[in-house]
Amino acid sequence: MNKPVPLILPAPRRRLIGLPRVPLISALSLLVLVAIMAMAIFAPWVANHDPIALAPANRLKPPSADFWLGTDAYGRDLFSRIVYGARISLIVGIGVTVLSILIGLPLGLLAGYFRGLDAVLMRVMDGLMAIPGVLLAIAIVSLSSAGVWTVMIAIMIPEIPQVVRLVRSRVLSAREEPYVEAAVLMGTSTFKILLRHLMPNTVAPLIVQGTYICASAILTEAILSFLGAGIGTEIPSWGNIISEGRVYFQLKPSLVLWAGLALSLCILSINLLGDSVRDALDPRMKKRGAA
Amino acid sequence: MLSYFFRRIAAAIPVMLVVALFVFLLLRLSPGDPAAIIAGDMATPEQLAAIRESLGLNQPLYRQFFVWIWQLLQGDFSTSLMAHTPVLSMIGQRVEPTISLALVSIIFTILISVPLGVLAAWKHGSWIDNLVMSTSVLGFSVPVFVIGYVLITVFAIELKWLPVQGFRSISDGIGPFAQRIVLPALTLSSVYVALVARMTRASMLEVLGEDYIRTARAKGLAEVQVLFRHALRNAMIPILTVIGTGFAMMISGVVVTESVFNIPGLGRLIVDAVLARDYPVIQGMILLTSGVYVVINLLIDLSYAISDPRIRY
Repeated sequence: MNKPVPLILPAPRRRLIGLPRVPLISALSLLVLVAIMAMAIFAPWVANHDPIALAPANRLKPPSADFWLGTDAYGRDLFSRIVYGARISLIVGIGVTVLSILIGLPLGLLAGYFRGLDAVLMRVMDGLMAIPGVLLAIAIVSLSSAGVWTVMIAIMIPEIPQVVRLVRSRVLSAREEPYVEAAVLMGTSTFKILLRHLMPNTVAPLIVQGTYICASAILTEAILSFLGAGIGTEIPSWGNIISEGRVYFQLKPSLVLWAGLALSLCILSINLLGDSVRDALDPRMKKRGAA
Repeated sequence: MLSYFFRRIAAAIPVMLVVALFVFLLLRLSPGDPAAIIAGDMATPEQLAAIRESLGLNQPLYRQFFVWIWQLLQGDFSTSLMAHTPVLSMIGQRVEPTISLALVSIIFTILISVPLGVLAAWKHGSWIDNLVMSTSVLGFSVPVFVIGYVLITVFAIELKWLPVQGFRSISDGIGPFAQRIVLPALTLSSVYVALVARMTRASMLEVLGEDYIRTARAKGLAEVQVLFRHALRNAMIPILTVIGTGFAMMISGVVVTESVFNIPGLGRLIVDAVLARDYPVIQGMILLTSGVYVVINLLIDLSYAISDPRIRY
């Protein structure tokens, strides 16, 4: 950004509606997320039917006062299933985010600080990144049982290299700073340098990256369930609902579309929230508007 | 130049080794007996013993790994458990629909996203820019299968313009091929369009601030010429990169898109393999896609070196 200001490009104008625009979108996405979280936590009170019990008499009913979004091919209330499905998505999203940062952060700190370890670790990360994440995840799930933990670990492994790379790049630039040099000269222990002097540099970008990991984990969980390689079908998840609904898709598209809408809204609000957090934490990124 | 080429190619080898090691350990370290996993649920004890023998499971782990790598290098990707045919020939049979789908999607992506990105950068800060940027967030957030089903609902079920599902080879005629490839390709390119449009915009914004753009404008060139001949050509490198790195994203998109549109390609192959727990096929597909990913990124790196003499490492 130290280039001369171009003469011909219009200077970024201070738009009148520009100021409240960002907070409005952030507020809206936050609102949607809080609503989805409330829905997940209070699912037994929000849902008006049992999401699992089969009721063949009520197969494929249209929306009514009793069944707000109609019923699926097994007579289960679609609305209640979507409400309960929020639980799985949020658990997987938050769980994967926390786990991948817990593992990736120390690895990134070490890789950024110890040059010898860096070469080895980054080759391993390059290799992991070369494997398409969804393929890796379905391979892992197919090798073990399809429980929530398996799915979380399967989704987490492809996310770790992203965290390691991010942390490492921050450490690489921070370790050249005078305060780190001073700490080394004062004989501060390596552990303390990593924890007290280097790690704080990674917090802001990790928060931003964390939101993107969360969105991507929710998306991957839905893809796995959709492909039939996710959490067992006895648990309602948005991916499972879509997967079961697609058999009857041509007859009743709403079986797929409502859960798809919930999924898209959830991921969209997390991504938008991530963007606003990024803009708030690092104003330079906002000006460049890079991807 | 030549030494750079060789060094860059040599650097790709450890990456592939890590991939192979990971795939190898995945099966060996997963809970349960690898032979039982490979043989499936209905194997007899004799079959189990035969598999143990052929995999060398009684030998130390590092020897198993090198034997396995040696087989791979000779083109032996072992045999599918379900179809009892070599994995490589199964992949060969399914490759055409996937390549058609991927190529058409990349063409769509470039046709849609590059002009949009250029437009957004040119009208930087305007409502067009905002619209392009916010639509691209949508592209990232709406899952591929949701987009697929929305497109099917609108264009196949409601309007009845296009068939709902299926695939025809291009050798059956361009008409039937095009009819069935349009919706899947649009679906698959949705994520890609968002990514490439954002990158085009960012890269163009950087280039548009350069002196030679001012010079081009000052000598009275038409704006279209300035944008596409002078700016876009210099902004291409990051755009090419993102097309390459986005390939991994495309693989997962292919798996989902082929399931939604019932296309008998590699994506369907791996889903069927997962459902049947056909591990040799899964293993072969992971090795193959990672290999293609590494090669594509290698080619992109090498193409930089050719197109921009300043790049040397």
